[in-house]
Amino acid sequence: MVEKPRVATASLCGCFGCHMSLLDIDERILQLVDLVTFDRTPLTDIKTLGDCDLGLIEGGVANAENVEVLREFRRCCKTLVAVGACAVNGGIPAMRNQFGLAECLRESYCEGIGVHNPGIPNDPEIPLLLNQVHPIHEVVAIDYVLPGCPPSADAIWTFLTELLEGRPIAFPYTQIHFD
Amino acid sequence: MNASTAVTVEGFVAESLVTHGRDPRHLLQHLIRVQQRFSCVPDAAVEALSAALDVTRTQVRAAIAFYAFLHERPRGAFEIRFSDNITDRMLGSRRLIRLLIERLELSGLPAWGRDLIRDDGRVSVGLASCTGMCDQGPALLVNGQAVTNLDAQRVDRIADLVQEGIPLERWPGEFFRVENNIRRHGLLLSNPANDGAALHRLIDEGADDALAEVERSGLRGRGGAGFTTAIKWRFCREAPGIDRYVVCNADEGEPGTFKDRVLLTDYADLVIEGMTVCAGVIGARRGFLYLRGEYRYLLPHLESVLQRRRAEGLLGTMILGRDGFDFDIEIHLGAGAYICGEESALIESLEGKRGVTRKRPPFPVTSGFDDQPTVVNNVETFLAAARVVQWGGYWLRGEGTDQSAGSKILSVSGDCAWPGIYEYPFGTPVHQVLSDCGAENTQAVQISGAAGATLSPADFDRIIAFEDLPTAGSFMIFDDSRDLLDMVRNFAAFFAHESCGFCTPCRVGGALLRNLVEKVAAGQGSEYDLSEMRHIGAVMRQASYCGLGHTAPNHVLNTLDKFPQIYRRRLEREAHTPSFDLDSALSEARALTGRDDIGAHIRAQIPEGSEVSA
Ligand SMILES: Cc1cc2nc3c(=O)[nH]c(=O)nc-3n(C[C@H](O)[C@H](O)[C@H](O)COP(=O)(O)O)c2cc1C
Ligand code: SF4
Ligand code: SF4
Repeated sequence: MVEKPRVATASLCGCFGCHMSLLDIDERILQLVDLVTFDRTPLTDIKTLGDCDLGLIEGGVANAENVEVLREFRRCCKTLVAVGACAVNGGIPAMRNQFGLAECLRESYCEGIGVHNPGIPNDPEIPLLLNQVHPIHEVVAIDYVLPGCPPSADAIWTFLTELLEGRPIAFPYTQIHFD
Repeated sequence: MNASTAVTVEGFVAESLVTHGRDPRHLLQHLIRVQQRFSCVPDAAVEALSAALDVTRTQVRAAIAFYAFLHERPRGAFEIRFSDNITDRMLGSRRLIRLLIERLELSGLPAWGRDLIRDDGRVSVGLASCTGMCDQGPALLVNGQAVTNLDAQRVDRIADLVQEGIPLERWPGEFFRVENNIRRHGLLLSNPANDGAALHRLIDEGADDALAEVERSGLRGRGGAGFTTAIKWRFCREAPGIDRYVVCNADEGEPGTFKDRVLLTDYADLVIEGMTVCAGVIGARRGFLYLRGEYRYLLPHLESVLQRRRAEGLLGTMILGRDGFDFDIEIHLGAGAYICGEESALIESLEGKRGVTRKRPPFPVTSGFDDQPTVVNNVETFLAAARVVQWGGYWLRGEGTDQSAGSKILSVSGDCAWPGIYEYPFGTPVHQVLSDCGAENTQAVQISGAAGATLSPADFDRIIAFEDLPTAGSFMIFDDSRDLLDMVRNFAAFFAHESCGFCTPCRVGGALLRNLVEKVAAGQGSEYDLSEMRHIGAVMRQASYCGLGHTAPNHVLNTLDKFPQIYRRRLEREAHTPSFDLDSALSEARALTGRDDIGAHIRAQIPEGSEVSA
């Protein structure tokens, strides 16, 4: 039997909306599990990453751990895809780039309304934040971008099925207009 | 300076309106005068002009924001801008900028769009795109006046003059001397004499005959695109319209080009004669000479030539006594925008607006100034046209090649013994220019400016002609002591700065290219970045809206092909490198948390293949 392509996914600095949109393919998820084997992904709760054919990344790069995960995905996945506005451009989290990191952390942990035990957390368990939030292509090479916030379930489905079948990827207009 | 400062902004604007009129299309010209007088365009001037000319405040502010030489907030009383072309840099301008900054007790370095302004408001130091003094650089502009041949001594003296607050009129005259440096005279340059002969012929033989001579000559535009001049004139003549206009493009913004400056200095009569002949052919009554702001020092000279020609009956009403042959020329100044050399942007600018390119078609010949049929030609084209009408079309055909009749005037600069103006018959090979100007060990020639082509020695047998190497005249030489990546960095910054911002491929692509070039220059680039540069360059060529964006990636793509080593020797080993330094991106968080453990750092990527995957 031919081995099915292995697919991994990760959410870096995103809201999980892109993963939710993937789940929005509804019953087609059953077809998908016939087509592919899931490796590390929040859907399977597998925490370690093996060699994969395809990696889907949601979210931008905002902290040291994001960098580590992203690099590992790049190492292990033949094809790596930036899924959604956050991965592609930095998206909503990158709005903090307008402000200094100190300003953000002070607002959240020291001066904001309702803060108890004010102080910026410094436990080594907690990954340090980068000065700015970056799109993932600024850290590793990526092969495809799938824009949208989030890309619609249909767009994700079209993308996955055409990619897996080795066809050139083309979307019907209804899947890529945003108004 | 102090006595005249008493003039109020409102008073000054009122006076400008009286002398120069209330046509909304004069907005830019009023703004330039205000800027000149107050080192900025104060709010009061915005209000006054918007009311008097009936244009909205936003339009006024948009124009101020668009033009590099207009500012909402004051620069220094002495506003100094160093010409920042690669040729200025090769002549040591960076060192001189640092020297001046130190002498004036400023800190930092000026960058595109970031001027250093001294707290006391006495002086500011910034950069300008090529000011067209490449054969006598490094150069700068002080309050818009060109200063040439800078060296440490001159810069030292400028610092003193600024410190002492000596007004420009009392600065040493030799600072402002601009040489012509004509090194080789050809068809056009060998005879500056002009006695209205072309106009006499036009009147004697008629407009049809004049146009036929231009047609016969095969004259093609000298401003870059090489469109056949007779066809342009004929289209304009035949296009329906209420009025017609003749526009002389003296924007000369292409880095490394300075021949129009020389033509306007010593051959202005012939250029104006060419415009007048064109007016006679197409039936225009008004013309404009759009003079780049950097050449403002030529304004009095040009005005006096116009005035004299009016007195001689060669311009104005009833030219040479011919009833109904009325034509006059206004000079409009630019204000530091390369894109305003593009003909449709130039027309927008003539109409007082931001210099944003128009949609074409319709082309200016059918819908140009004031939406009327308009001929836009380069300075050199008008000069050649005057001679063609005077001496006949075959005269021009006497030299050149099949598709390129006549001669081309080159502006030669960079690594050579005798930079300056050279006129050659079309068909002249590059190596001949190099040997005539005393260039040795030449590594590369950038022909036709930053937007042109990069030539390697393998190209030096190629010929200057529309069939092979078309050129608007810029010819910049780089010997083998130069790092060509310095050229690429300079041009990439130039295009990112000069993009008008209207379309995404050019606005964003230009900035991306600049960033990638800088990344490679900093030794942080990878193969992947080079392929990105090619990819972005191809999109810019294909998808940009106007010529600026189409040509902006040329230097990158040409050097990637012909001089790959200037990039390769700086590449990191990896196939892909991040676009920022990862570990320093944690610096703020480390400082805020006081952490310095292993998790508080990001190690450099280990090259692929040398690590066992997890
Ligand atoms: C970005 C850009 C800048 C240009 N700058 C100039 C210029 O400074 N001088 C010029 O004569 N033509 C310039 N041109 C070309 C003009 O659009 C136009 O083709 C030319 O003035 C026509 O005159 P010609 O037929 O006599 O060459 C430029 C074009 C582009 C796209
Ligand atoms: S792109 Fe939108 S949906 Fe996807 S992670 Fe970002 S914010 Fe959430
Ligand atoms: S190509 Fe560049 S200069 Fe031309 S319209 Fe687009 S943004 Fe403006």
